[in-house]
Amino acid sequence: MKLGEAFSSALTALRANRLRSVLTMLGVIIGVAAVVILVAIGSGAKREVERQVEGLGSNLILVVPGQVQFGSAPALSRLQLEDAAFLGRLVGNQDAVAVTVSSGEQVRVGNRMVFANVNGTTETVPLVFDRPLARGRYLSGADVETRRRVAVLGSQTARDLFGDVEPVGRQVTIAGVRFRVIGVFTEIGSTFGVSRDLEVHVPVSAAQRLFGVERIDAIAVKAPNLDAIGPLQSRIIAALQDKYEGETFSAVTQTQILGTVGSILGLLTIVLAAIAGISLVVGGVGVSNIMLVSVRERTREIGLRKALGARQRDVLAQFLVEAVVLTTVGGLIGMGLGVGAALAADRFTQLPAEIAWWSLALAFGVSVAVGVFFGVFPARRAGSLDPVVALRTE
Amino acid sequence: MSPLEGAQRAASQGPPEASSQVDPQASPPAAVEAVDVRRSYRVGSGQVDALRGVSVSIRPGDYVALIGPSGSGKSTLMHLLGLLDRPTSGQVLVAGRDTRTLDDDGLAELRNRTIGFVFQAFQLLARTTAVDNVALPLIYRGAGRRERRDRAVAALEAVGLGHRLDHRPAQLSGGEQQRVAIARALVGEPSLLLADEPTGNLDSVTGAEVMATLERLNRERGVAVMLVTHDRDVAARAGRQIRMRDGLVVDPATAAPVAWGPDS
Ligand SMILES: Nc1ncnc2c1ncn2[C@@H]1O[C@H](COP(=O)(O)OP(=O)(O)OP(=O)(O)O)[C@@H](O)[C@H]1O
Ligand SMILES: [Mg+2]
Repeated sequence: MKLGEAFSSALTALRANRLRSVLTMLGVIIGVAAVVILVAIGSGAKREVERQVEGLGSNLILVVPGQVQFGSAPALSRLQLEDAAFLGRLVGNQDAVAVTVSSGEQVRVGNRMVFANVNGTTETVPLVFDRPLARGRYLSGADVETRRRVAVLGSQTARDLFGDVEPVGRQVTIAGVRFRVIGVFTEIGSTFGVSRDLEVHVPVSAAQRLFGVERIDAIAVKAPNLDAIGPLQSRIIAALQDKYEGETFSAVTQTQILGTVGSILGLLTIVLAAIAGISLVVGGVGVSNIMLVSVRERTREIGLRKALGARQRDVLAQFLVEAVVLTTVGGLIGMGLGVGAALAADRFTQLPAEIAWWSLALAFGVSVAVGVFFGVFPARRAGSLDPVVALRTE
Repeated sequence: MSPLEGAQRAASQGPPEASSQVDPQASPPAAVEAVDVRRSYRVGSGQVDALRGVSVSIRPGDYVALIGPSGSGKSTLMHLLGLLDRPTSGQVLVAGRDTRTLDDDGLAELRNRTIGFVFQAFQLLARTTAVDNVALPLIYRGAGRRERRDRAVAALEAVGLGHRLDHRPAQLSGGEQQRVAIARALVGEPSLLLADEPTGNLDSVTGAEVMATLERLNRERGVAVMLVTHDRDVAARAGRQIRMRDGLVVDPATAAPVAWGPDS
């Protein structure tokens, strides 16, 4: 029997039991849709994080105390403000170094209040990171040196506190202390539904006094070019560990952050897809089950076909094609639903979702494979039926 | 004469020159021939001997009725002659060819080309039109759609159902259904048609219609027909009767073609 005949007879048989076919497919539909959606969300999250990390600027090295390990609490910082100057001398360019000490604080204007990430930094931030301003100016060297109480607001902070009013020149109260607004950042957007524009930059000197700390959290160093990153990394660590004996420091690059985050999210995506894949297997078992029922119901038909000259492989092909058509059609529907749901999630919710084309190819391949795998047993059973016995069945 | 002697004769001698219809020079082999076939079934710890050494020979153009009481082994013999089943011992030859060497797929192919079946219960596919039911055997020959349809239509016309092509079995009378089944058995132009109680599910009038169709096809096309029947009148119209009892042919001489004559 030609494959085309097997297909048309499979379609006839599946149409004859339309409801049962659809219900059988449902397992595969749900499984495939779940795989596509979860992979889309995983890839979306990964892309979002990458965009965020890459958006920081280029050729950055982030120096932090302790050993950087995901899942462990950050080490107590030994870094001082003077270490920024120290590293500036090391790289031979003070403008390539910026610091941060940050804390979540209440920021108020009149009776409007937000909870923002208050970041104590230096005037070099615009030179190290990509943070353009929408209005006003950034912190100056004098602001930092003289511990001026001036602030640059994230676009969301500005909007929440001032609405349509021009914020530059006005006062905000941060943790009870008044600061004058000198600038507003351009908008970055949000990640996972969390605004990244809800921040305030103040001179690091003012921030340390405000938070009551001596330390700084991290130092960012901008390497002159891509090739300089590696050597610079080791020089920075060596120099700091020389300076603070017995302490450890880490200098991580964007590539490393991307690599780590990427592999974590990649693993997460695979785990999610595997969990969804279980439902696909359950769907496959359902297909197998229904095909066995179908073989039993159609025992006489099988006997007849054999009497008319169907070979074992003709009957096997007929039932195998039927199972594969079931799972493939189910897979296609599932892919459609998955893509639709992922696109809807991306558009209408805060969850970033990105259709991974490989996941569609995979889902399709797996649907076909599930049909073959779970169809082969019932189909073999059909193929090996004894025609005399089959014809006699009621 | 013992069944074994009959078998040896049928196997070794072939028809003598006495044959009236067949050119003695050509002496074509039997359409199908069973030589001392036995068929036992294992049931529980025991054994049922459904056939205990049967030899029959059906020549091209024969019209044979297989008769005998219930349980005598008629259906079992039909299954063996139709290559649906294999004998426990003995051999079945189709057009002179030993079938013991064939595997299941080989049997299926030979069956498809040389044998047509008509069953008591029609065995039509319920969701399928008459013409598609009839075309079914041709699918397993790899025939194209056009050819299948043309031949199926021709076969249905040959059994007088040219006006029922797209009817489903449920939309046909019992007699019509059995004629569709006959058309299906014929569509592949087999040399032998095996019918196990083809009128068993039909009343006498439609049964007679079906029998007339079979007789006409045998006469006009020369297709050999072997049918099992419990109906004396039907059996009487056959060119030859083979009677069975307890897994044996009662008068083995009848198992050979009539043209030999009982005493040859
Ligand atoms: N699959 C089987 N297993 C065990 N015994 C069987 C099997 N098939 C047939 N038999 C036995 O073989 C014997 C012959 O059966 P068969 O069907 O050939 O009889 P029959 O002559 O066709 O009878 P009927 O006229 O009732 O159709 C019976 O005794 C039956 O019980
Ligand atoms: Mg019988």
